[in-house]
Amino acid sequence: MSTPTTEPRQSWTFSKETNSEIRRAAATGIYDIRGGGAKRRVPHFDDLLFLGASISRYPLEGYREKCDTSVTLGTRFAKKPIELKIPITIAGMSFGSLSGRAKEALGRGATMAGTSTTTGDGGMTEEERGHSEKLVYQYLPSRYGMNPDDLRRADAIEVVVGQGAKPGGGGMLLGQKITERVAGMRDLPQGIDQRSACRHPDWTGPDDLEIKILELREITNWEKPIYIKVGGARPYYDTALAAKAGADVIVLDGMQGGTAATQDVFIEHVGQPTLACIRPAVQALQDLGLHREVQLVVSGGIRTGADVAKALALGADAVSIGTAALVALGDNDPKWEEEYQKLGTTAGAYDDWHEGRDPAGITTQDPELMKRLDPEAAGRRLRNYLNVLTLECQTLARACGKSHVHNLEPEDLCALTMEAAAMAQVPLAGTNWWPGKPGF
Amino acid sequence: MCGIVGLFLKKDELRPRLGDMLTDMLITMTDRGPDSAGIAIYGDAAEGLKFTVQSDDPAAFDGLAEALEDALGVSVPVTLKDTHAVLLVPADKQAGAVELLETRGLRIMGIGEAMEIFKEVGLPKDVAERFGLRQMGGSHGIGHTRMATESAVTTLGAHPFSTAEDQCLVHNGSLSNHNDMRRKLAKKGVFTKTENDTEVGAAYISSRIAEGASLGEALEGTLEDLDGFFTFVTGTKNGFGVVRDPIACKPAVMAETEDYVAFASEYRAFADLPGIETARVWEPEPATVYFWER
Amino acid sequence: MPTIDMSKTELREVNATLQSAAGTQATEAYVLENPRGSHAVAVGLNGPLDVTVKGSTGYYCAGMNKDATIHVEGSAGPGVAENMMSGTVVIDGDASQYAGATGHGGLLVIKGNASSRCGISMKGIDIVVHGSIGHMSAFMAQKGNLVVLGDAGDALGDSLYEARLFVRGSVKSLGADCVEKEMRPEHLEILADLLARAGADAKPEEFKRYGSARTLYNFNIDNADAY
Repeated sequence: MSTPTTEPRQSWTFSKETNSEIRRAAATGIYDIRGGGAKRRVPHFDDLLFLGASISRYPLEGYREKCDTSVTLGTRFAKKPIELKIPITIAGMSFGSLSGRAKEALGRGATMAGTSTTTGDGGMTEEERGHSEKLVYQYLPSRYGMNPDDLRRADAIEVVVGQGAKPGGGGMLLGQKITERVAGMRDLPQGIDQRSACRHPDWTGPDDLEIKILELREITNWEKPIYIKVGGARPYYDTALAAKAGADVIVLDGMQGGTAATQDVFIEHVGQPTLACIRPAVQALQDLGLHREVQLVVSGGIRTGADVAKALALGADAVSIGTAALVALGDNDPKWEEEYQKLGTTAGAYDDWHEGRDPAGITTQDPELMKRLDPEAAGRRLRNYLNVLTLECQTLARACGKSHVHNLEPEDLCALTMEAAAMAQVPLAGTNWWPGKPGF
Repeated sequence: MCGIVGLFLKKDELRPRLGDMLTDMLITMTDRGPDSAGIAIYGDAAEGLKFTVQSDDPAAFDGLAEALEDALGVSVPVTLKDTHAVLLVPADKQAGAVELLETRGLRIMGIGEAMEIFKEVGLPKDVAERFGLRQMGGSHGIGHTRMATESAVTTLGAHPFSTAEDQCLVHNGSLSNHNDMRRKLAKKGVFTKTENDTEVGAAYISSRIAEGASLGEALEGTLEDLDGFFTFVTGTKNGFGVVRDPIACKPAVMAETEDYVAFASEYRAFADLPGIETARVWEPEPATVYFWER
Repeated sequence: MPTIDMSKTELREVNATLQSAAGTQATEAYVLENPRGSHAVAVGLNGPLDVTVKGSTGYYCAGMNKDATIHVEGSAGPGVAENMMSGTVVIDGDASQYAGATGHGGLLVIKGNASSRCGISMKGIDIVVHGSIGHMSAFMAQKGNLVVLGDAGDALGDSLYEARLFVRGSVKSLGADCVEKEMRPEHLEILADLLARAGADAKPEEFKRYGSARTLYNFNIDNADAY
């Protein structure tokens, strides 16, 4: 009789995944670059629940009683604020990282749903301007393709200071995606790796930013709302300083927010979860007496109407989606599973967007792959998805007795976990307490 | 994040106008720092030490002169200026005066033979008005308008920071290793009063000087030991110095004529200075210490 | 010749006047008096127009200029002619940081010195500096020409792309991936033209040319020290 042996045990610290990354690093000598946002589990909107109405509060009737979802962005200084039908916008994603057809599809879907879409690090394309009724033009450190004509034909200007996937980091687009058209728009040679700066070339800090905003307003006749986008790093201070520098709108992107390509270590280890960013940002605006006057747009991991409603309840004026919009267009669709397998991955996990070999034809500049995306059909899918988010959000708002989604409040929520209770500053379910609540 | 102005007079004729000139410079920097404003002004050296103290409660100054006289056994002139008061304390009575002032809950903004420091929350023009900065004369002065980044908008969080006699510092930028430096200084017995990064910079310089470094050496030391972005302007009894970090993102411009040396975050602050049209105007180089002394 | 006194006119009115004049083929030249270091002076002009600024300007003078000719009879603050598309901007005095940053086209002439980061991320603009330039100039410069009659500070042309740098004086140090390159006849021709247009009294033969070694164009682990 042989001696009993223990089952082989994998290390939790040195997991298979960890070891595979060590081997990859040893073989290549370069950090792992990928697209998307943080994949680790972090406290999120799932850890919150709405209380709903009962005897003490009265709900609204689903199909008869109106629950308004409109939102106006840029009411502080801009002569022409942006009026949206729904509190969900499409986040900035560059032409270059996405194909022209994908940009067109985003524009079509957003326009049908009555909301805005946003350019990215690479300038404005005719596809997106032509198909977006409302287009936000990003003003980034690289200033690729930046020009006063596009600035004037934009509906708003978003000064990008940072993004949730990489607060404090610059951009990256590897040579495979720098086609002739992309290179032309960026004034770069074709096929080279393109590095975007992490800081703006001509200002640093809120005191300079105020002057930069003045210049942008002077160039555009004070018409366009000026958004400031920051990654979720120090949300209280960043929000307060953006507001002091003169922002009309603040876009706050938590760590689950995506990127076209960044070091995995950056995506997973820098920034705060979206859930943790909202209350400090709202507090900053309230302290300045500017909550709702300077609008707050929250992004990073918004997937459902519940996420939308919870973000609004915590004090956001709107949310923005990127990754979810790409999935709605067809990104990571299991119908391409065979091809994902060939790339060494699987549907849902594909994140090598920077390599430009996207089987779904979205994050690519390959002319053959691009054809796989029908911009009209994809635009309709996005429209449908945005409508579902809105209907879901309304359903929850009505259940809480709100005739406008902006009337959702933190007091309409409870938390399932201590972490979520602390981050969202709402009571742990069944109690009237959260960690750090004043008075306890 | 902020606006800085500084003026160092080379000729005595301009001394009565120092406050007036600095006030105009300060007000032009309002956009860069609307939260609070402060000024350090170096007047005639006194027989003894000038204590500038502050309290939000006007009643705190009631009976102060009498209490000081009781405690120190000498008469201490007290000049009230809005929320601040300037006391003239014999040098050998310094410790007793500090003790009494602290017991009474007064904040000591600065101590020096020549230096007086006034700072408050509010717009620069209002702060200047409250203290009557325009009427103040002197040999040199430094002013600051603040847009608070990570520490609170309070009187104590306003610049200039003084961490030693007749020394003060103002800062534009943001230090990225100030927490560690604060802990290092505390180990040496140098304690800061606020969470402000600039105060750490000021305390670093004072502690280096206390250890025997010249002001120039202490400023050189900031380049090695402080991380982040900074433009520092520092005042001493006899002069003032300027240093920018090696990356030098935060703006700085200087002007010099036969009558003065001026510093500002932006040229706008110079627009009303006499003879500015023909002044030598330049930007301080990164990682280079500039220093003027009389 | 219409004159606007900036000490009596709001910036918005000043720029609106110039912007509408530049859009309507106006042939009159404008004079701006008392700029006193104001920011965003004569920005976003979108057509041919002559503007003379009598004095020194603050941040972003002539920002995003298109086709206009702007002459500053004084010094210019940070980011002069930033993101210029075309036209001409002449600064009689010195320019602060980031002169001509991200400029896509046109000619920027600085008769005095330019501070740090001159021509940062330039994308096609031509810049001629009669004096010297500060550190980190032409950082990540992509396209266009930077001509310096004086000296260049530290880390010239760091992470340079395809911009051409011509320096007559000394270069304190070159940035990562920036190297001295052979001056060929076509470069002398470009230089002669730029010097003439900038009213610079210098001979093309006196300059050295610097450009990208192109070793950072695609990631290579052997260059990790440069990252």
